[in-house]
Amino acid sequence: MADIRCEIGGIRSPNPFWLASAPPTDKQYNVERAFAAGWGGVVWKTLGEDPPVVNVSSRYGALHLGGDRMIGFNNIELITDRPLEVNLREIKQVKRNWPDRALVVSLMVPCEEESWRSILKQVEETGADGVELNFGCPHGMSERGMGSAVGQVPDYVEMVARWCKAHSRLPVLVKLTPNVTNILGPARAAVAGSADGVSLINTINSITAVDLDAMAPEPTVDGKGTHGGYCGPAVKPIALHMVAEIARDADCRGVPISGIGGISTWRDAAEFLALGASGVQVCTAAMHYGFKIVGDMIDGLSNWMDAKGYARLEDFRGKAVANLTDWQHLNLNYAIKARIDQALCIRCGLCHIACEDTSHQAITYEHAGVGPGGARRFEVVDADCVGCNLCLHACPVPDCITMERVDDGTHRDWTTHPNNPLRKQAAE
Amino acid sequence: MSDRDGVRPGRLESETLAANFADKHPPLDRQAALVESNRCYFCFDAPCVQACPTGIDIPGFIRKIQTGNLKGSAVDILSANIMGGMCARVCPVEELCEEACVRNYGEAKPVAIGALQRYATDHLFAEGVQPFSRAAASGRTVAVVGAGPAGLSCAHRLARLGHEVVVFEAKDKAGGLNEYGIAAYKATDGFAQQEVAFILSLGGIRIETGRALGRDVTLDGLRRDYDAVFLGVGLATTAGLGLEGEDLPGVEDAVAFIERLRQAGDRRDLPVGRRVVVVGGGNTAIDAAVQSRLLGAETVTLLYRRGPEQMSATRVEQDWARTHGVTIRHWAVPTRLVARDGRLAAVACEATRLDGAGQLAGTGERFELEADQLLKAIGQKLLADPLADGSAESAEIERGKLKVDAERATSLKGVWAGGDCIAGQDLTVSAVEDGKVAALAIDRYLRG
Repeated sequence: MADIRCEIGGIRSPNPFWLASAPPTDKQYNVERAFAAGWGGVVWKTLGEDPPVVNVSSRYGALHLGGDRMIGFNNIELITDRPLEVNLREIKQVKRNWPDRALVVSLMVPCEEESWRSILKQVEETGADGVELNFGCPHGMSERGMGSAVGQVPDYVEMVARWCKAHSRLPVLVKLTPNVTNILGPARAAVAGSADGVSLINTINSITAVDLDAMAPEPTVDGKGTHGGYCGPAVKPIALHMVAEIARDADCRGVPISGIGGISTWRDAAEFLALGASGVQVCTAAMHYGFKIVGDMIDGLSNWMDAKGYARLEDFRGKAVANLTDWQHLNLNYAIKARIDQALCIRCGLCHIACEDTSHQAITYEHAGVGPGGARRFEVVDADCVGCNLCLHACPVPDCITMERVDDGTHRDWTTHPNNPLRKQAAE
Repeated sequence: MSDRDGVRPGRLESETLAANFADKHPPLDRQAALVESNRCYFCFDAPCVQACPTGIDIPGFIRKIQTGNLKGSAVDILSANIMGGMCARVCPVEELCEEACVRNYGEAKPVAIGALQRYATDHLFAEGVQPFSRAAASGRTVAVVGAGPAGLSCAHRLARLGHEVVVFEAKDKAGGLNEYGIAAYKATDGFAQQEVAFILSLGGIRIETGRALGRDVTLDGLRRDYDAVFLGVGLATTAGLGLEGEDLPGVEDAVAFIERLRQAGDRRDLPVGRRVVVVGGGNTAIDAAVQSRLLGAETVTLLYRRGPEQMSATRVEQDWARTHGVTIRHWAVPTRLVARDGRLAAVACEATRLDGAGQLAGTGERFELEADQLLKAIGQKLLADPLADGSAESAEIERGKLKVDAERATSLKGVWAGGDCIAGQDLTVSAVEDGKVAALAIDRYLRG
């Protein structure tokens, strides 16, 4: 059985699956249910200064697609709306009850040193394992100069991180907003401010839908809407990219990463770890299905690691980073062609029409007669197939379309290609 | 003789009868329709469309269900098949669109196309909208004989194209077999008449009921008085067994039995036998057998002279009958109707087989089935006399059906035909297609 114990910036947990700072971690009741279900850690929903914020109803919008619910999800909820003292008391109690789990406290206070110093002192007294600086929340709090309003300015990120390291012995994670043009700006600032790690991504600015009867953005509050923070399975590709950019950035110097963004399964988690994260945080999947999903996450990750011969998370963590490169270094000589397994093909024709209408007219359609049976046949024309993969993605049958490598194994990339006006000349 | 014997009404309580004759396949609700519509792959040049006699754009209408464009979905269906609502209920989809569905490969469960088609069309009918309009008046008038699926389909399309249509119908109500011939649980809540009303709401169509060809009007007269004629006369007579005792009380055509059942006000008044034998292998036989059971017959045996593969009733229909307690006896024919007290008491039968030459032959093995009612469902025939009555020239008939070309034109100039009276599948959907194809041909003819 693989060892899936996890450590991020000095914070340890029995497994890499934490609940992200969000409604599921707002109070003792929920967090203890999560720990009972097996979650390795939580980041307590963001604390702020009293008086507490006030939240609205409704708070969530969602993107449903083809019968699948909550492919994408957004919220316009603010930080905790409970008094600071209540939260601190519960945090202390939970940590006492569950000493082996990671209990990190998310914080957001005005951009003044004294505010941070004060709240850090109170959090330390709870026995929590660390703090996470919420520089990401894109709605509401940012209008008050907090959240992503800080996270979008690298100088502020570095400054606040430095204050926190100066005023607390607790490990400091900086949560990064994806609502920037380049994630490396704030990431490098966090590292420069001596943060012990970064967490990303926070949610993305979004409007999930428009109510065409009310003519208002969703979620709608008394006829009005506002942009919210987007998350859920749909954002995973964006999160993976940003995590990987930090993981391969020399200036970030291998800063520990807590990966966040659309993680619903152990496979998602393994992908984040392969791109350099040390652990992951989950929210939408739990809000959709409840805390029980962590059972498969733990079990599935362990079984996969056993099957692959990985004894510890470190054995595969970051293993895919080396294979992330810039486009100019991709092998232009590499060639693949689509192969249709006629025995698996159900003759739906989606490969043909996708290729015919929108790509390279490389899949032919032969048909004779009507009715069921093999009267329809789809074949790849190698000479026209550019190996784009579109047919493979459109095909509804697993493994029916595969790609076969047909090149001679040589390598030439854009840096040396004759079509590149800026190409590097061969060594002279 | 037990007091339960004989052909008698009131075998079941009203509540039981109501449950027995409820909708065979209740409609999908919104959630079920969305889940099912999401199973459609939106195939290119979809096999289901090729398998539909009326060529409905099935992936297209299903996608419109997904997106909530139910009106667009229904209009697409009805544009190809004006009786798309009835066809959704009665089509043998298991050997048409759903048999062709690519979901049959790998998972052996096609998209429920029929149920989705009903979902979309029910929506439109509930809104009470006639989505079609008529082209500018052509000044031409067409006579349609028979207000069944073929005739009404032809009439609706002609009216859309700007022509006036007069439909002559021998019976009291329009609808043809949709009204008189389909099992009650396939078209509940007066759907056949609802569909007729929908078709007529287009305008330009006048139905004259109680007007029969050969009795009240002649083909010659119609050809003289109208610019074109469409014959959708169906098959007005039934085949007989040719056995002694066929006129005994208790022996009846299944078609008449089903018609009485459809028109009944209170099904408790409907007489049915205690032990019923149905002879035949088509959907009429299945419908008669199942409905006999639903009315309270204790045993129902369906006799068919050949095997299950040769039955024109589909496998699904045969299973449906068995599920309702009908015993299907393949490879057997009735040889004699046994009378007692002047009534049918039993049916003497002989087992059959194919002989060396592939001909059907008796095996000599005989058996007798007790029966107080026998329903004949061994086929219907074209009644040719009214077509020829008083005419100088008659339409050509081939193998017992009116001969037509690909455009459904008969051998008589200006006369088209469709539905069960021409060769082809005896399905509602085929009849609708005949009417549509003929109407388009008539339009071209009239605009010369």
